[in-house]
Amino acid sequence: MFAGFDFDVIQRSVLYLFREGMTFTLTLTAMAMTGGIVFGTLLAMMRLSSYAILNVPAGAYVNLMRSLPLVLVIFWFYFLVPWIGGWIVGAGQPIQVGAFWSAVITFTMFEAAYYCEIMRAGIQSIARGQVWAGYALGLTYWQTMGKIVLPQAFRNMLPVLLTQTIILFQDTSLVYVISATDFLGAAVKVANRDYRLVEMYTFVAVVYFILSFTASYFVRWLQARFAVIR
Amino acid sequence: MNYNWNWGILFQTASDGSGTYLTYLVVGLGWTLATALAAWVLALSVGAVVGTLRTTPTPWMGRFCYAYVEIFRNVPLIVQMFLWFFVLPELLPEALGSAMKQMPPPWGSYVPAVLCLGIYTSVRVAEQVRAGIQSLPRGQRMAGTALGLTLPQTYRHVILPMAVRIVLPPLTSEFLNVIKNSSVALTIGLMELTGRARSMQEFTFQVFEAFAAATVIYLLTNLVVVLGMRYLERRVRVPGLISASGDAQMAGH
Amino acid sequence: MIEFKNVSKWYDTFQVLKNCNTKVDKGEVVVVCGPSGSGKSTLIKCVNGLEPFQQGEIIVNGESVSANATNLNRLRSKIGMVFQSFELFPHMKVTDNINLAQIKVLGRSVEEATTKSMTLLKRVGLEEHAHKFPGQLSGGQQQRVAIARGLAMDPIAMLFDEPTSALDPEMINEVLDVMTGLAKEGMTMMVVTHEMGFAKRVAHRVIFMDYGEIVEDATTEDFFGKPRSERAVQFLSKILHH
Repeated sequence: MFAGFDFDVIQRSVLYLFREGMTFTLTLTAMAMTGGIVFGTLLAMMRLSSYAILNVPAGAYVNLMRSLPLVLVIFWFYFLVPWIGGWIVGAGQPIQVGAFWSAVITFTMFEAAYYCEIMRAGIQSIARGQVWAGYALGLTYWQTMGKIVLPQAFRNMLPVLLTQTIILFQDTSLVYVISATDFLGAAVKVANRDYRLVEMYTFVAVVYFILSFTASYFVRWLQARFAVIR
Repeated sequence: MNYNWNWGILFQTASDGSGTYLTYLVVGLGWTLATALAAWVLALSVGAVVGTLRTTPTPWMGRFCYAYVEIFRNVPLIVQMFLWFFVLPELLPEALGSAMKQMPPPWGSYVPAVLCLGIYTSVRVAEQVRAGIQSLPRGQRMAGTALGLTLPQTYRHVILPMAVRIVLPPLTSEFLNVIKNSSVALTIGLMELTGRARSMQEFTFQVFEAFAAATVIYLLTNLVVVLGMRYLERRVRVPGLISASGDAQMAGH
Repeated sequence: MIEFKNVSKWYDTFQVLKNCNTKVDKGEVVVVCGPSGSGKSTLIKCVNGLEPFQQGEIIVNGESVSANATNLNRLRSKIGMVFQSFELFPHMKVTDNINLAQIKVLGRSVEEATTKSMTLLKRVGLEEHAHKFPGQLSGGQQQRVAIARGLAMDPIAMLFDEPTSALDPEMINEVLDVMTGLAKEGMTMMVVTHEMGFAKRVAHRVIFMDYGEIVEDATTEDFFGKPRSERAVQFLSKILHH
């Protein structure tokens, strides 16, 4: 079946694929995860607030993001970020942002909506009495959240947060649509240059599979361990 | 700094000459829905079978279905798209492969896109079905067996009818996911809604009008699907049965 | 020290507290009892503002709990509270549970707070459990830690919301003993409980609630000796003979 295939092309390009592409992919994943969880947690706190001025916009934002295809959101931010950037720095025109930072902003904003729903469930899973106990000791809202509720919510939700991060890792491959050189983008460049599409795409699929599968195996192991402790 | 808004662009003739840009986008929605629906039918059929088989006590069957689920869950959708579009025709027997490559547009993109989305989604459907079946009390299965039903009969008459009702709400969100995920097919040349918004932007340079129009169309579609599915859920509801909405499925798109 | 003036509270249209008037003097131990759903837990949670109320006023140490000018956090830090289900923070060790508010609210140094925590743990007989997590302790031990956590703030009064209801019978006494000791030292205490033995031995006054109303508010001898209301008589006969 693989007769006539040139697997040599992989060997020739593997260093480039990982040094350029995978570095991009992993950096983007790490940054969007960090930003997404922080922003998502803030959104979750807003959604759980009893003030309409906080929970209505947060709810609208989350539902908007969750209703749109990621590809469309990538396009949106790719064109929107230069304009907003230009407006912020007061330049008369859109500024150059570049695919990487555009992607970081996009994925942070997009994934925040998904992390938000996870953290919201996590916060709600903490018994009300814990909040009462914090308040009864004289702790403020931020102290109660920061020291009591969020650490527990975060721990309870760790497996789901990690699963979402694996999805994020896979999703970053969609930066292909803005011609960024992530792992897939790098492979596409080699594939088109050497006309070795079959070999390159198969290789990309195998690499993604190994990484995602290993990571989700780790998450399940973690989940089993946590389940015992709790 | 000024962006030149021009909402009138939606009513100007599109670059392909078929009508206004608004019609151009709505036809895109048509392709989005046509792709999503066909993929959805495929996903439901394959997913129901795989998910059900994973709960049966046959070890090799379970292992096969496990491998199926893991493979299609751990490769990014866009990469799977490329595999179906670029790689599969090369691996198939000569005649079939070139037949696939020579399909006229848009079918050359549509068929691989449907297969890809269908199989990709079937994995998620399978997981929902499995979770739904496993959430049923074990007594149900034993009660079926105790009545003298065979295993297939127990599934057919006892387990599956209940499981279907349990998994219906999560399947709604999976359908919404297929609609959204179908936009990835633009990477293999399918001119669905997002693809058309993108090309409208390229032809007119009215970036924000194009994407805003697509956004509104997606939101309206979501609304219609959610309302429709809610109606369906009410129709099939069993009094007194609490639906298990999985928080295990919280992660995802 | 704690004074309730015409306190009323509604959940939507359902009234859970009806014109409650009473007070707890300095050094007094007041037991609040009544059937479940009578509003006693709600009443005690109003004292430190955990439950808001719509009408009336509660004055704690000269400050109105519901007034906008009141710094609720500061007020709360002066009133210890013990909950039915302990509400220790499961992700923190015992000492950290007791240290947290001392450091964050009172601004004590870690050393100061730890010294205080260890003294209190010794007092409730748990000093050797200082480095365990709450989940590793029995219910009775957890509740004693919770009392120590409240005491660490040097409170002017302590609130107890059914502190023994979630405990296995054999652990109830170790908690009640700690509470009795506190009362003997003159701590102002408001205790929601079904432990009538504790009430008889320790309380100065007993408040009996039913359907959100304070039905009876009497000295301990009067309440157990000659209860005035039919509802209190019924309640006592049920709870004493089971």
